[in-house]
Amino acid sequence: MEYVWAFIVGGVFCIIGQILMDTTTLTAPRILVIFVVSGVVLQALNLYQPIVDFAGNGATLPLPGFGYSLAKGAMEGAKDGFLTAITGPLEATAAGIGVALTFGYIIALLFTPKSPKK
Amino acid sequence: MTNVNGENKQPEKKDIAKAYGKYAKQFTPKPSYFANCLKAFIVGGALCTLALWFQNTLIDTGVSEKDAGTFVTITFVMSAQFLTGIGVFDVIAQFAGAGVIVPITGFANSMVAPAIEYKKEGPVLGVGAKIFSVAGPVLVCGISSSMIVGIIYWFIEKF
Repeated sequence: MEYVWAFIVGGVFCIIGQILMDTTTLTAPRILVIFVVSGVVLQALNLYQPIVDFAGNGATLPLPGFGYSLAKGAMEGAKDGFLTAITGPLEATAAGIGVALTFGYIIALLFTPKSPKK
Repeated sequence: MTNVNGENKQPEKKDIAKAYGKYAKQFTPKPSYFANCLKAFIVGGALCTLALWFQNTLIDTGVSEKDAGTFVTITFVMSAQFLTGIGVFDVIAQFAGAGVIVPITGFANSMVAPAIEYKKEGPVLGVGAKIFSVAGPVLVCGISSSMIVGIIYWFIEKF
């Protein structure tokens, strides 16, 4: 059952993204920003944690989940003090961001641009 | 005279613009909203299910839940970036649309794709700078907003 909910919730996030892409003139970066910031705001209001508890990776793999990790790190850090409140967001997502940067850089250096195939 | 002309020209221009809009609409392909949404739903859902299965498998082998989540994220980021490098991601994205853009795979793709395109401009100002052309705004907005959240929570905690 866990898998079914992950599928449905993750799919619904993607439908929201698809509707935004098809019906509005928003560019891809703006949609990504909207998703991440909405994840941060929802978690700040304690509304995203229930979705994560319910759907697991269905809620953490889409981009709002990235915002959720950032905000969660900040909120957990805030319990310990001011400095941890500031380091919290990056600490929680350091592995993902670090790998994405390093591996992305290596990949971009290794591969040459390809013309889009039809 | 100029006034009269000016008044006459304005509505005329609008009419022309309207007529052109109608004319152009005949040739603009309508996106099939339902099919696109269905594809996005299935692919996005499948990715999330795969992530959950992978995470559960890791937890079963004795990795803590938090670490397992991080490993899943890293794996998805790396595979999406590799697929972007060999040019497969574009083909998948053409089919699945938001199904691969909204999950973390889209974020990973948005780092590599522009970086590869601007390779000619050099490893520092080309690849190094363009890797942030889409991911930069996302990181800036995400990190700054979450830091503000952290500071607000710290205030609440303190007083």
